[in-house]
Amino acid sequence: MSRLLTIKDLKIEGYQEEKWNGIVHGVSLTLERGEVIGLIGESGAGKSTIGIASMGYARPGCRITGGSIEFDGMDLAQASDEELRKLRGVRIAYVAQSAAASFNPAHTLLQQFAETPVKHGVMTFAEAEVKAIELYRSLDLPNPESIGSRYPHQVSGGQLQRAMVAMAMSCDPDLIIFDEPTTALDVTTQIEVLSSIKNAIKQHNTAAIYITHDLAVVAQISDRIMVLRYGNEVETGLVGQIVQDPKEDYTRELLSVRNVRHDTMEHSDSDSTILEVKNISASYGNGVRVLNNVSTKVTKGMTVAVVGESGSGKSTMARVITGLLPPEEGEILFHGQPLSPSFKDRSLDLLQRIQMIYQMPDVALNPRQKVKDVIGRSVEFYTGLKGEYKKARVLELIEKIELSDSYLDRFPSELSGGEKQRVCIARALAAEPELIICDEVTSALDQLVAKEILTLLQDLQNELGMSYLFITHDLATVKAISDDIVVMYGGEVVEQGSKTEILTPPHHDYTDLLLSSVPEMDPNWLDGVLQHRLDLEARGVIIHT
Amino acid sequence: MDGLTLMILKRLAFGVVTLFVISLIISLGVELLPGDLAQAMLGQSATPETLAAFRKELGLDQPMYVRYLTWITGILQGDLGTSLASHRPVVDLLGGRLGNTIFLAAVSAAIAVPVAVILGMLAALYRESWFDKFISMTTLSTISFPEFFVGYILVLFLAVEFNVFPSIAKLNSRMDFFDQLYAISLPAITLTLVVIAHMMRMTRAAILNVMTSPYIEMATLKGMTRSRIIVKHAFPNALSPVINVIVLNLAYLVVGVVVVEVVFVYPGLGQLLVDSVSKRDLPVVQASVMIFASTYVLLNLTADVLAIISNPKLRHPK
Repeated sequence: MSRLLTIKDLKIEGYQEEKWNGIVHGVSLTLERGEVIGLIGESGAGKSTIGIASMGYARPGCRITGGSIEFDGMDLAQASDEELRKLRGVRIAYVAQSAAASFNPAHTLLQQFAETPVKHGVMTFAEAEVKAIELYRSLDLPNPESIGSRYPHQVSGGQLQRAMVAMAMSCDPDLIIFDEPTTALDVTTQIEVLSSIKNAIKQHNTAAIYITHDLAVVAQISDRIMVLRYGNEVETGLVGQIVQDPKEDYTRELLSVRNVRHDTMEHSDSDSTILEVKNISASYGNGVRVLNNVSTKVTKGMTVAVVGESGSGKSTMARVITGLLPPEEGEILFHGQPLSPSFKDRSLDLLQRIQMIYQMPDVALNPRQKVKDVIGRSVEFYTGLKGEYKKARVLELIEKIELSDSYLDRFPSELSGGEKQRVCIARALAAEPELIICDEVTSALDQLVAKEILTLLQDLQNELGMSYLFITHDLATVKAISDDIVVMYGGEVVEQGSKTEILTPPHHDYTDLLLSSVPEMDPNWLDGVLQHRLDLEARGVIIHT
Repeated sequence: MDGLTLMILKRLAFGVVTLFVISLIISLGVELLPGDLAQAMLGQSATPETLAAFRKELGLDQPMYVRYLTWITGILQGDLGTSLASHRPVVDLLGGRLGNTIFLAAVSAAIAVPVAVILGMLAALYRESWFDKFISMTTLSTISFPEFFVGYILVLFLAVEFNVFPSIAKLNSRMDFFDQLYAISLPAITLTLVVIAHMMRMTRAAILNVMTSPYIEMATLKGMTRSRIIVKHAFPNALSPVINVIVLNLAYLVVGVVVVEVVFVYPGLGQLLVDSVSKRDLPVVQASVMIFASTYVLLNLTADVLAIISNPKLRHPK
């Protein structure tokens, strides 16, 4: 049998700032039938673009300008729209990153499943329904007979992602493109989906291109890995070779375990507690408790990491502390003094001492303000400095965040994601706070950029001695930066203590589940963790999927 | 659906308040106009004595707030009052006229809405093609001309030159449905041309807005044809703004047709309103305006309810 897919010297351009710029500069790859290749790289590496180009598709604003994409003897780069349309969904299928956005909200899962086989004339609707139930079952979806009659918003994120995998497999395609299918999921859900995908493609002997930025994830599922950067191939090799013996520095950098925190600081005594949260409970108006009897404290100069999955109440806790959401019960003490429940009743001085940095720097910065105005306004508002003094302070701050003064006159749109987050940090620093609440500040950033931001935050803490309350779902970040860890689940604190206490066994069962769910580079990790999970389940730990 | 019922009740209550405020404004407005019914009926040459006597007979000598109170008490008891000019009950005057106006509006809507939505879909399907531009240009031109101009142009070509349709839209009780339909074809076409552009352009824009969604890319990568993507994937999710514009135009078909009624001498509510204003016949003006206002309130409520129902998340809760 001939080779399934041969991409030769693929070149793709994107239209930006009124000219065509290269996105992919001549990448070649081959794929045998039933083989899985992982494409890995940071954003801007061109991995998604290459992935969907192997369906002969370029997103609006992009065009394939060179090279050939030979799929089973047919060059997709030269094929007509009608030829491509007949191929898509039937012989090559696509699984997108966000199932919630990629399922049409107006139709049921089954309608969308059956659309491909019925409209391509492969099956009747009744046959498609039988096939759907069979695939839903093999992907471990609950109630496979009836889940198809649900609308996308009626099932959970992990289920939806599996329903999309089922949809892609409706016509038994030869090739499936997985475009970051587990990135939007919580770690514990990610495992379930990952193992479903792995079993399903193995069972049907489907070839796949698996796109992700997470090397550990791709190591579980692929036979070979291609590392990409700025639209060029860095290196390609078998999984074992890339993970154990990478040839290029960049791959090594991606592999390197993040560890920013140097455990040099001693735990100070309880006198220097700056923030104490006592038994707070809160809800969002509809009567559903989001936080239930939560207590924790933050010590001067220390970093407390609050970790939990979506819906655990960790961001709500930040909203309660900042006074955006007054708690229903409990109190917040700042230096031993009770804080007013609502920020409206707090003095400027108190507001100044607690600052916040957000997940999305794009949204947190006013697009019409220059960097110097973003920082300058905060300086003037909190410290009252004006004119030359203000200018000097802004300059000082911009140096603190390791940017040059040439950035002062730029607009946010002229900054990269990491630079924007730095500006947000400078804005928080302008208030000379004692406590900074960091809400998923690195989640929207690439791995290497995230590492730089964490290093910067750590350096600033060493220099200025403020405390951080670090909210995150990413355990690698927790390991990298925290002194103390608070584990949250379902609005309650499951466990809290120093980093070593929490991270060394024995763990609380839920902490154990979280920790064991973080993908590791070892290609056999997935099978091991699934066994571990069965053990946990046998002990009565509830695992949501 | 409890929330929905509550919303409908709330909106109806607000609607009643709106109607009340409007009735006040109309009373004041008519009061501010120079002259009154007595003056209008007796003409310039009437002596002050006859005028005063006639006013007394009509009840116009009483202060405005007394007349308003009398009127609104009647309304609350279901009595629209009596026309001052013709001494006939307002209900009798309005009944037939309202039926005619609704008939014309319904016929125009039955042509305009499907044509506009289909044209909008086609324009989205063949986006940026000559077809799209042609449709855009044509509908924009018809909306840019004043209604009476469009009406007279149609009369010139379709009635005078080729004699296809009657130039005057006269209805009488001996006509059957199709004769009536034939009689109002020209005003219906005029109205269609006037309202089609908004609805068509909104359909096109709403569909194109949805076309950048990830689920559209997904449908493309499932190998669906572009026409299926537009009809089955984009349009159901673009319904809400389209419904709003359609309903706004339906309201216009009922309320804004005065000019067209005059051009085609059509016995609708609009003409009655204009006549009554010039005669200062307050009870008739009030009643007509109340009907127009209720139309707006009810149609807008319908639009909101439809927009909610068109959202699958609200139709099929978790």
